Amino acid sequence: MADNVKPRVRVPRSAAAGEAFEIKTLISHKMESGQRKDSDGNPIPRSIINHFSCDFNGENVIQAALEGAISTNPYIQFEASIEESGTFTFTWQDDDGSEYTDSKDITVG
Amino acid sequence: MQFTRRDTLVMGAGAAVATFMPLQVFADATEDVSAEFAMGEAITDGGVELTAPEIAENGNTVPISVNAPGAIAVLILATGNPSPKVIGFNFGPRAGGQTASTRCRLAGTQDVVALAKMADGSVKRASATVKVTIGGCGG
Repeated sequence: MADNVKPRVRVPRSAAAGEAFEIKTLISHKMESGQRKDSDGNPIPRSIINHFSCDFNGENVIQAALEGAISTNPYIQFEASIEESGTFTFTWQDDDGSEYTDSKDITVG
Repeated sequence: MQFTRRDTLVMGAGAAVATFMPLQVFADATEDVSAEFAMGEAITDGGVELTAPEIAENGNTVPISVNAPGAIAVLILATGNPSPKVIGFNFGPRAGGQTASTRCRLAGTQDVVALAKMADGSVKRASATVKVTIGGCGG
């Protein structure tokens, strides 16, 4: 498991029903692409976050399949639109099988 | 189950096709990935907006964003990278708009391509050339 993996998410506290708003996510991760070599010329094995998904009250907002070409500390920004108050859940899946999650509440008003 | 002479011939022909398939695969990895994403649909230009910087000082973190109204899935490819796939997005029912941004690594100056699969199955393409001063693949 990669060390110090910390997800950060920015979601507005409230939103108008049916109106699109922006969500920004960032997770600290080295995203070792598997293309690099160490000082002895041996390839460094790939270790990335390969999947991200965001759900709202059980309904999917976006899913992303990340590849080795995504930068260190993968940043993903997207839009959501909701009709009722609820909770966003964010899930990142690591190559090593671990899963990082975060959640944010939002009220419609 | 019994095989007739005809069945056996058909299976033999199928096996031969399967064996020789790899020869027909495109040499270009980007073409390959695009075709796989398009699933037989023709790829047309336009209908997708790909925003990428003209010049990226550092290939390790190049901001890119895509806006594909009406798309259900988007795939971003870096044609000059050792492995062309960058990221694939699938938009769910709660997506506010078919737009997303991320940051990617580019090995050098190259074209970045965004493919968008629309709800009706058609595939749209947009591309942007990014000049990279320092490549992002290490080594």
